[in-house]
Amino acid sequence: MNAFAAIVRRDLLLAARRKSEVFTALFFFMIVVSLFPLGIGPETALLRRIAPGVLWVAALLAAMLSLNRLFAADHADGTLEQMALSPTPLALLVGGKIVAHWLTAGLPLVLLAPLLGLQFDLSARALGVLMLSLLLGTPLLSLIGAIGAALTLGLRGGGVLLSLLVLPLYIPALIFGAGAVEADMAGLGAAGHLSLLGALLALGAFFAPWAATAALRIALE
Amino acid sequence: MLQAHGLACDRGDRRLFSAVDFSVAAGEWLQIEGANGAGKTSLLRIVAGLAPAAAGQLDWDGRPVAAQRDEFHARLLYLGHAPTIKDELTALENLRSAAAIAGRALDESAALAALRRIGLKGREDLPTRVLSQGQKRRVALARLLCSQTRLWILDEPFVALDVAAVALLCEILDEHLARGGLLIFTSHQAVQLGGAGSSLRLGR
Repeated sequence: MNAFAAIVRRDLLLAARRKSEVFTALFFFMIVVSLFPLGIGPETALLRRIAPGVLWVAALLAAMLSLNRLFAADHADGTLEQMALSPTPLALLVGGKIVAHWLTAGLPLVLLAPLLGLQFDLSARALGVLMLSLLLGTPLLSLIGAIGAALTLGLRGGGVLLSLLVLPLYIPALIFGAGAVEADMAGLGAAGHLSLLGALLALGAFFAPWAATAALRIALE
Repeated sequence: MLQAHGLACDRGDRRLFSAVDFSVAAGEWLQIEGANGAGKTSLLRIVAGLAPAAAGQLDWDGRPVAAQRDEFHARLLYLGHAPTIKDELTALENLRSAAAIAGRALDESAALAALRRIGLKGREDLPTRVLSQGQKRRVALARLLCSQTRLWILDEPFVALDVAAVALLCEILDEHLARGGLLIFTSHQAVQLGGAGSSLRLGR
């Protein structure tokens, strides 16, 4: 458990020293979301309808931007080998890296989303549901993304391949996440969608570190 | 006691080496020599358990390593070609996070003492980005001073070191051997180490 905390702390420290990477993804999210109201014009009814989908798609893409680097730096400088040789199970260390990735690439999106949602004239209640759906959904994006990042580690053109691999796997998160906000706005209640998203998160938290670890071991050989 | 029986390694469909036997007992060292591409690093990675051997078996204290992976790794320190150094972190942070990954909490005073001994006094809090190649190498080697593992596997530990650092490293390795540690390393240069030792030549 010590090594787990150490990995999270080290990755957060690295992110704090390489601020540009975190802010690039964040600005990407802000700009992509803001382009829609500018392009469509002030039709509040239409904006309100597309808001959940736009915010969620932008969050998917922003969360994916930093996936390339999730394991690449550790692979290049040999840290990954040291992790594989650690007495602590590699899956636990990989879990630590995923947690750190969510804290730097997922959590900022969750916190920024309500502010950006205002541009789409969403009600306070819908913004709350949006935040909640992102809070459950973005960790899932980091978990699934870690599998893709591990599978494409060390491949040439891995970045494009990673998007092709990971984006289809993001579809359930997108459907239930955006669906939660839409259902709430339609007065149907978001509980069903959020529960399914939570179930996916539980499933991902259990299986994704193992799957990513298996892929990393292949990359190390 | 580490014993290898008939280790072999394949690269693609080419056999890199085969029938490699060696044995290293407590307090002994083994130097692996060979031309570039002879498979020195591959052999070390196989011994460390990072890559599977195409054939052969490795025994640690009389039992196959494959049957006691975790115990074996808890007694192993492997320093590969890659520096294992993060440019953004300071020497101190690098050393402490490496120790944490290796499953050992390293307190600040012990880490500082190790960095001082390795010749990085006054540079503990600089990001390693601003250090020279040799100094980065020293940060990596400082891990040896903080390690209490029995088996050290070092890939080209003498690369990029100046004369004084080579002498210091030999001293550190001698201390490890005197404590009853085992050492396997690759090097192109002849190294004077205390204790019993042998060398293994890969390829012809």
